[in-house]
Amino acid sequence: MKITLDADKCCAAGQCVLIAPEVFDQRDEDGVVVLLDAAPPAAQHDAVHEAAAICPAAVIEVHA
Amino acid sequence: MTGLPIAVVGASAAGLAAAETLRRSGWRGPLTLIGDEPHLPYDRPPLSKQLLHGAWAPEKLLLRTTDQLAPLDLDLRLGTRATGLDVATRTLTLDDGTELACAGVIIATGVAARTLPGADRIAGVHTLRTLDDALALRSRLAKGGAPGSEGVAAGGRGLRLVIVGNGVLGCEAAAVARELGHDVTLVGIEATPMAAAVGTEVGELLAEEHRARGVRLVTGAVAGFETAPADPADGGDPRVTAVRLAEGAAPSGGAPGGSGETAPGGGRLLPADLVLVAIGSRPAVEWLDDPALDTGDGLRCDAYCAAAPGIYAAGDVARWDHPVHGRPLRFEHRMNATEQGMAAARNLLAELAPSAPAGAEEAAPAQERRPFAPVPYFWSDQYAVKIQAYGLTAGADRVETTVVDRAERRVLALYGRDGSAVGVLIAGLPPRQVRALRAVVAAPLPWEEARERIAAATAPG
Ligand SMILES: Cc1cc2nc3c(=O)[nH]c(=O)nc-3n(C[C@H](O)[C@H](O)[C@H](O)COP(=O)(O)OP(=O)(O)OC[C@H]3O[C@@H](n4cnc5c(N)ncnc54)[C@H](O)[C@@H]3O)c2cc1C
Ligand code: SF4
Repeated sequence: MKITLDADKCCAAGQCVLIAPEVFDQRDEDGVVVLLDAAPPAAQHDAVHEAAAICPAAVIEVHA
Repeated sequence: MTGLPIAVVGASAAGLAAAETLRRSGWRGPLTLIGDEPHLPYDRPPLSKQLLHGAWAPEKLLLRTTDQLAPLDLDLRLGTRATGLDVATRTLTLDDGTELACAGVIIATGVAARTLPGADRIAGVHTLRTLDDALALRSRLAKGGAPGSEGVAAGGRGLRLVIVGNGVLGCEAAAVARELGHDVTLVGIEATPMAAAVGTEVGELLAEEHRARGVRLVTGAVAGFETAPADPADGGDPRVTAVRLAEGAAPSGGAPGGSGETAPGGGRLLPADLVLVAIGSRPAVEWLDDPALDTGDGLRCDAYCAAAPGIYAAGDVARWDHPVHGRPLRFEHRMNATEQGMAAARNLLAELAPSAPAGAEEAAPAQERRPFAPVPYFWSDQYAVKIQAYGLTAGADRVETTVVDRAERRVLALYGRDGSAVGVLIAGLPPRQVRALRAVVAAPLPWEEARERIAAATAPG
């Protein structure tokens, strides 16, 4: 799995961090998403898919 | 049932989330996505922000590219409107005359902008709900006012923009228009902007920000429009010159200079080159005329988002029994559209699983239907102020507002109903604290306990 972000679009909702805190974080200044792990281990994959699906700004793209 | 499609009506945030979830959860049968707009699914929140501002091109709003949609193997029918649904047979009627018998239907038709009588036949009066609406308004704002000018940015005169409606949408548009250098008047029936959504104290803080940025705030009801004869270049419609307020309207403090004059028939006039009507919306349910459905204020659903057997709803259009709050609720929030689209899709599949083995994943055990119980979330951006809220902020009978820093518009507010804390709103706090506050209002909590937990979550360090 490989993750890319279009962080420009991030509205700082923080849902990704709630769902997958090992993979995503937010910048302290403005809450914009930060990628902690662009190629997370299998144990994280479900959470990452869920975060990508729920993100209200379509920021997170997951590649196989 | 074999071979019948699941149809999703409404090709926007909720509809797309439903379609994707149906595939992810194992639906291999035909999947039809019907949307009356001509565009691929796009995102609405940026319409009143980055798109209106001109910072983003329309392509940036696409929720998925054609390539990203391809694996869904959709029967995608854009520019097509659903005009009827027979609940007993789950048959949709489309405006091209098609009758589509379905295994299940998910209704995600959202809401449409409300407007004022006659407004659609006056040039220069706009609403803001769709991409086409936003592009039309943006092109007027970008051109500015002076004839032949290259726009405000190039030194052209700002337009006199009157925004009718001081809710969230009107406030966001006011912020963008001011940033573009236009002369903005925000008119509302309520004296305080956004009061219905966030209460008067937070609304007053936002009012201060708008005034500081030069927006004129006016309280009053709009009675109609003054117009000038059509400019041939504009097509046949008369062009707006002013917004007419009902008698008794007054400026709500801090208005720089007495704006407006009195109309011949009484009532104040607000001169306008351009008008945005942002007075709320109505659920897009007029096409649902089957008496088996309750379409009173949105499509009424049970806790599983089901409106009838095999018929589910999601997003702005759906009013469902929130299991935690114990009453029917409907949200016009972006986050809810996705979450409810996913929930409705899962529950529909769970309902169909026993009866439709041909479509559902054979190996996967049938999932149970689950009540949809989200923690509601919304945000709004105005100037540099970002507002975020969890839970229920509208309809509170008690609000406690803590202004952390007035000049920086940092604020935290707790909203209560029937003795419990049910919502929290934050502006200008660090993301970690904001996230921690979600848990406080995940379910109604005794008021004092909520206050203590908020104090703990926002304590420095
Ligand atoms: C300008 C603007 C700014 C916003 N900003 C924010 C924000 O900052 N934060 C936030 O939380 N929320 C915001 N929202 C709200 C958010 O965009 C909505 O909650 C979300 O778009 C709802 O998604 P939906 O799929 O339920 O409905 P919609 O997005 O309304 O989509 C419904 C679709 O169905 C189509 N349709 C309707 N009837 C039919 C029919 N009979 N047949 C076929 N198709 C039909 C419609 O044309 C539309 O494309 C904003 C909304 C707007 C308009
Ligand atoms: S969920 Fe999406 S919008 Fe929210 S912080 Fe994460 S990436 Fe940004």
